[in-house]
Formats: sequence, C-alpha cells, structure tokens
Amino acid sequence: MRQAFINTLMDLADRDDSIYLLTGDAGFTILERFRDRYPGRYYNVGIAEAAMIGLAAGLAMSGKTVYVYSIVPFVTMRCFEQVRVDLCYQKLPVKLIGVGQGVTYGTAGATHHAIEDIAVMRVLPNMTVICPGGPIETKKAVAASMDLEGPCYIRLGKSGEPTVYPDENIPFAIGRGIRVREGEGVALVATSNMVPTAAEAAGLLEKEGWNPEVISMHTVKPIDRELLAATAARCSLIATVEEHSLIGGLGSAVAEVILADRLPVRLITFGIPDTYAPVAGSQEYLRELFGLLPEQVLSVIREELKDS
Amino acid sequence: MLAKRGRFSSPGFFADDNPNDRKRVNTAEISREIRQRLVRMHQKGSHFGSAMSIVDILTVLYFRVMNISSPDDPGRDRFILSKGHAASAWYTTLARKGFVDEKVLDTYLKDGGQLYGHPVRFGVPGVEASTGSLGHGINIAAGIALAGKNDGKKYRVYVLMGDGEIQEGSVWEGAILAARLKLDNLVAIVDANNLQGFDRVENIQPIGTFRKKWEAFGWGVREVDGHDHGELERAFRDVPFIPGAPSVVIARTTKCKGVKEMEGCFESHYLSVPAEKVECFCRDLEDDE
Repeated sequence: MRQAFINTLMDLADRDDSIYLLTGDAGFTILERFRDRYPGRYYNVGIAEAAMIGLAAGLAMSGKTVYVYSIVPFVTMRCFEQVRVDLCYQKLPVKLIGVGQGVTYGTAGATHHAIEDIAVMRVLPNMTVICPGGPIETKKAVAASMDLEGPCYIRLGKSGEPTVYPDENIPFAIGRGIRVREGEGVALVATSNMVPTAAEAAGLLEKEGWNPEVISMHTVKPIDRELLAATAARCSLIATVEEHSLIGGLGSAVAEVILADRLPVRLITFGIPDTYAPVAGSQEYLRELFGLLPEQVLSVIREELKDS
Repeated sequence: MLAKRGRFSSPGFFADDNPNDRKRVNTAEISREIRQRLVRMHQKGSHFGSAMSIVDILTVLYFRVMNISSPDDPGRDRFILSKGHAASAWYTTLARKGFVDEKVLDTYLKDGGQLYGHPVRFGVPGVEASTGSLGHGINIAAGIALAGKNDGKKYRVYVLMGDGEIQEGSVWEGAILAARLKLDNLVAIVDANNLQGFDRVENIQPIGTFRKKWEAFGWGVREVDGHDHGELERAFRDVPFIPGAPSVVIARTTKCKGVKEMEGCFESHYLSVPAEKVECFCRDLEDDE
C-alpha cells in the first residue's frame, strides 16, 4: 500500500506543482524517488512531528497541497494536538498518511502499533478518515483526497497486502462504502487491512451455505449511513472487522449509526481488545491472539447465526 | 544611529516607503490609544496584562515596519500572534489599522461574536492563524516563510511568542527547522515580561539564557527594550541579523505596562479591570505621554 501511495502521489505531483511531501524521518525505500524528482517540494523535517504539522499548516495556508508521512502513531498521536488545532480547527487541506495500521509492525511492540488511531482521528471535527482496504483502494483514495478542502487521515498497511478486486475498476468515492460481495442475512463490514480477512471469512461462510455480504467501509468518517441502512434492510446480523481497538473504531462508528438511525439489525464487532500486545509477535501471530484470523471470525459468526 | 535597511531594501517594502503614507505616524499616540481601548475592553475576560505588554511591539510592527496595506494582499508581510491569549491587543491593533471596524471591538467575548478570547483564523480580517495553545505559531510561521521563499516572494513573516511559551518543546523543534531551512524571512519576537500562568518565568527557567539558547540553535538574536519604539524599529529594520538565518528579537517588557497600579503584577494574567478603575487607568495612560 505504501508503493500504491507514493506512485499515485508522484503521478499527481507531476501535474500539480502545489503538492508538497513532508516526512518525519520515515520512508526508507519508499520516498527516495519523490525526494529525488521533486527536491523543492520534499522535506524530511526530522524527528519533530509537532513542527512537521505546523509547517504543513503554514504551507497549506500559503496554497500548497501537503501530504505528511510517517508511521501511524507518529503522524496521529505524537502530534495530536497540532493536528487538532493547526489542521482541524483551521480546516486546512493537509493529508496525513500513516503507515503500519493495526499491528503491521507486530514484533516492534506497541509503540509502533496503531490500535487507537481511527478512534482519535474520527473524533476530530472536520477530519476525514479513510482506511483503504488494499493497494487499489489506496490509489483511489490518494487521488480522491486531492479534492478535500479540510484535513484527512489515510491509514495504510505496509507492503504485500492482497487485493479483493479483480482489477482497478472499482466504484470508489470518499464517504461511500464498496459492496465487495453482495449478499443477504449476514454482512461483514470491514476496513483497512481486515477487508481481505472479511472476504476470506465470507468465503468460508459461503461453503457452509450462507450468503454473506462483504463491505469495504474505507471511509470511517464520514461513514456511509445509506449503505448501512440498505444492508440492515437485507441482513439481520452485521459483523464489523478491524485491526484496531474495539473502542472507538469502525465497530463503534457503525454502532452509532445503528442507534441514531434505529437500524433493525444486530451488531457484533471484531477487533483488538482493550490491551497492548502482551507478547512480542508477528502481525499474523497477534491476529490469532486477538481472534482476527478468518477461521476465528467464521467460528464466532457461525455461533451467532445459530442463535438467531 | 541610522536605521539600517537590511537586505530586503526595495521600494514599497517598508511601511513608510508607501507613497500614500509618507508622514511618519506618531506611534506613541497609537500605543496609548490601543492601551486605553484595552482597559475598557478588559472589564471582563483574562489576560489583560499579557495584552498590555505587547502593545508597543504590535504598534511598531503594524505602523512602522510591516508592509501590509490590506489583510488580503498576497504580497503582505504576515504576523502571527502565537501567544494567542493576548488576542485583544491584536484585535485592537487591527481595528486601529483599519482592517476591523472599531465597533466590532465591542463584541469582544460577547455571545455570538467573532472575537474569541484566543484568535480564530479569518474570525475577523487580519487574523492569520488560530492560536491559543502555545508553541504552534513558530512552526506555522515557518511554513508560510518556506512557501514564500520557494515561490520567490518577498514577504516577511513575524511571529510573537511569550517567554513562558518558549518552554514548549515544539518551539525548539521549530527553531531547529527554521535555521536549517535558512528562513531568513522569518522573524520571531519573544515578549519577555517574566510572568507566566502560575509563576515568574525565572522560577521555571533561567531567563538570562534566552540569547544563548537561540544563538545555539542558529538564530540571529537582538535584545531590546520592548517598550521603546525606536529600539524596536531599529532592530526590526536590521533583520536578518545573520545572513541566511532566521532572527529573534527578545523584547524585555512589563506585564500590564502603562497602568502603574498593575505593572508587573502576577494576577494581571487572569484578572479583569475593575469597572471602578477604568477611568483612572485611562487617565494614567494619558499622563504617561
């Protein structure tokens, strides 16, 4: 997904010289081509995230379109107050690009994990929160972000993410979820790196005779309430799947819509329990620990459907 | 001492090069008027002392130094009040400059108005940035300065901080960045009045080290009496103090300057002006002439 981001950004920067890229000393093997091609529009600000956001704000106030890159915790939480005041309060078109969603950097430990970012970003007024489900959605999201007048946060994985689409012709629009698989009775609504997981779990459900719907809810804010309503009309169970805390992320966002719009549907949520990783482990290992493998998602949904 | 023009000497760059404004304005009178207005405005609300200490800096910048004939002019010099709690002084200066209607000042802190206790970008014309949380202005100013340099623009960016504010780490992140980016069009001012929210600044950090700290970060430094218009103007006209480097003017000031009874008084950070004192404080300011 990082490559999809930088390739798209370079395409855009070729045609629009207002585009700037700032990094907080991150980007090894990813940002070199941009740095070398547009030296006047690229700055490694150093390990100084608060300054980086302020600098981005000042540049945006002067008509620049600024992308700010680092790993998720450092571009959202380290400089949270600067994001809040310089970008959201002033409604500036700065795009935060966070790498390493969820427990992508598994063995690095929780300082490098991103399990609270969706929650803390979506509570900010004027912030758009996009969690692309894979490299193709990343490409579309980065291009679409150019039109946003306010700040946005784009949550990326790292590399090698599978895609659930046969090709690039997907109906991508910020604020509109994508129906990856049409179905009824049960819907898996996933975001970010869990979209392929949800698709796999749906495949397993299908083998057991169900007809599950799969939605990639890439935009968590503003969330696609209409799509959720349409899904609730056909499904009695929605399961949200995210590599993020169960508190405040996609699951909470969907719950808020179900409550506010009085949707007649049951909700169960998959995500990371309220804990930092208690042991070192790869992403795959930690996913299993937290019950986020397709087989584990399948088994819980199966039980839930039995009770209905 | 002759005022040096610095490296950006070009027609129309300094306020009194403006062919429409040949007469040098009486800045002492302007400062007095601004202070009297502040006495009246601050019958409610905090930060009276913080606003009063920066009036001379604002006056000299807006009426002698900055090239800013209108708040929308894309070539204008920019000013950012990083110590946003002194917003009332900024609003009053902008009104005196003609960017904001004087009557709008009566809506200060009123329900439904646009004059907040801390400035909001575009709340009223001339307010460039939303500040109020400390330590942000220097980085925002650096971004504007960087865009200006990259685009070949001639404007300068001024950012005014408090001496308590420079305890924030983000200020020093910005100091490193600005020096390394060679932002010689960036001018910071530190309003060194030695008082902060809940203590004297010198009890929190040694104030005698300000110069050395900024110099160590690669900035040109000048220390001035922050209430002496001549000294302030001479310093501003001398930037950049070091070629290719950002500049900082450390202005020694007094909180609540002009109101003898409250000058240097710690409580003036929070307390308003008692209604019964308004007239006598305004007279105090007349006598100061």
